[in-house]
Amino acid sequence: MNRLRRILGSDLLWSFTRSPGAMIAATVAFGLCLCALFAPLIAPQNPFDLASLDLMDARDPPVWLSGGDHRFLLGSDSQGRDILSAIFFGARISIGVSLASVALALVIGVSLGLVAGYFGGRVEAIVMRAADVQLTFPAILTALLINGAARAVLGPGRVAGSEFWVLVISIGLSFWVQYARTVRASTLVERHKDYVAAARLIGASAPRIMFTHVLPNVLGPVLVIATINLALAIITEATLSFLGVGLPPSQPSLGTLVRTGNDYLMSGEWWIVFFPGVALAALALSVNIIGDWLRDALNPRLR
Amino acid sequence: MLHYVLKRIGGAILVLVVVALIAFVLFRFVGDPINQMVGQDVSVADRERLRQMLGLDDSIVVQLARFLWNALHFDFGVSYQFKEKVTTLVAARFPATFELSLAASIFAIVVGIPVGAYTGIRPKALMSRAFMALSLIGVSLPTFLIGILLIYVFAVRLQWLPSYGRGETVQIGFWRTGFLTKSGLAALVMPSITLGLFQLTLIARLVRAEMLEVMRADFIRFARARGLSERAVNFRHALKNTLVPVVTIIGLQIGSIVAFSIITETVFQWPGMGLLFITSVQNADIPVMAAYLMMVAIIFVTINLTVDLLYLAIDPRIRLGSAQA
Repeated sequence: MNRLRRILGSDLLWSFTRSPGAMIAATVAFGLCLCALFAPLIAPQNPFDLASLDLMDARDPPVWLSGGDHRFLLGSDSQGRDILSAIFFGARISIGVSLASVALALVIGVSLGLVAGYFGGRVEAIVMRAADVQLTFPAILTALLINGAARAVLGPGRVAGSEFWVLVISIGLSFWVQYARTVRASTLVERHKDYVAAARLIGASAPRIMFTHVLPNVLGPVLVIATINLALAIITEATLSFLGVGLPPSQPSLGTLVRTGNDYLMSGEWWIVFFPGVALAALALSVNIIGDWLRDALNPRLR
Repeated sequence: MLHYVLKRIGGAILVLVVVALIAFVLFRFVGDPINQMVGQDVSVADRERLRQMLGLDDSIVVQLARFLWNALHFDFGVSYQFKEKVTTLVAARFPATFELSLAASIFAIVVGIPVGAYTGIRPKALMSRAFMALSLIGVSLPTFLIGILLIYVFAVRLQWLPSYGRGETVQIGFWRTGFLTKSGLAALVMPSITLGLFQLTLIARLVRAEMLEVMRADFIRFARARGLSERAVNFRHALKNTLVPVVTIIGLQIGSIVAFSIITETVFQWPGMGLLFITSVQNADIPVMAAYLMMVAIIFVTINLTVDLLYLAIDPRIRLGSAQA
């Protein structure tokens, strides 16, 4: 109860109700997440159930155009799959990959940043040098390289089934640098504070001090970076899937839907690519706006 | 000053060495190169002979030294998927990527700077607000969606422009150019807009921010007081002073244009290095990946180093700072 009151009375909520952009974005993102979460319950059709697909229904236009079928609100694809259901399930996979890869980047980056900032010396030098080298390249390129290496390790043909984790690892490993740098910078400040000295005096071990005492004090900026990174991860996942090195058509994310739909663009069946594209853009844009708003609300200096 | 220069050059060399080591590890330990090169029906004895021929049974140190030596000559061996020398493959694809990146950069600069200057001079104007809203959408949209949208509107609906390929090209020496034919130029339009759009928003936003800053400065007020025309104040005095950071960003962005050309080349089936790279990732073609990695690293490191050294010429604080150290 007390906590609820604190949330209701907070600056954050006040700032939220004052920014219509953030409210619209949050509604869109929340709605898409709900659709993704409850996809099996609310989708008109299970796009993975091959028995329910009928090639006779293939390439039906959206319901408001002539030739549209009331069962396929946004039309159907080349296999008679309902586009709307495919979007629900695709968003589920896209959001899943993005959340998992941001979590992975967060764990790696925060741990390395804490260790580098707390111990300093050679550990710090190595971690920060690695960060410098990786920062030389755009994240999408790093993700592509890790992806290619993972394919070579698994061997051709054995990637099937593990694409989800290959993606999570390649995106996660290409986003850790920013967390490591931020956390290191704050840890450098925190480690000289009295509470750390006190914890050391009562004999707490280094990992205990780092993870239970310092960590909560350096997490603020990390959450903002994580939100903005989530939008980036959604776009990176979609891009990798679009490039054909992400999720396969049998387990499509929004990016894969755009990739497969793209083949029908030339013959004029625009809805197969258009609606998944709109869903993807809405998801990325709304998460981006929330991230921007969060950054401004939590850190007025950055405005 | 010498200390600063040496440190930057040292850092650049370090990046290149690390990337070369990663490329070597990829090449040597990720999957068995022999298995990737030959079919399943090749006998064990033949495999061993190939292994000896390629020097894959030498010690790791010897192999590493040979790899680095070859990399210095840009020799990365034979592509697994095309059975051709990687150098030949990359050299054939390089002009396409270069011309696309050049066109995209020119588009981004020629449109981005005026738009940024306009929105900076008139931040409250309707056009400026519209641009700022559009640019947020532009930054959040994945590149490939923009490309697909352009293809649908201009190739499928209006049929003004071709949707894929380079059009007709002309061979001049080793260089295959699309700049000299009408269809080559038409094919260049949509890919360069797609590739340049992100840089355009970046440049415009930067010019806008710098202009807003400069317009408040005393020397602008003084220029107005002297009775100079609006045009002279805005362009001769204000815009000129924003250009140093803008040139820096443009320089640094050349690297990401090369990287993002992978996506644009896939959307438009543009036969450049990016398309070659993406097929090599799909097929785990390590020699091509290693060569692309080294090439991109060289481009990035050279640009970063140039920008750092240019700063040395522009910003006296760096010179003084290192003199004291």
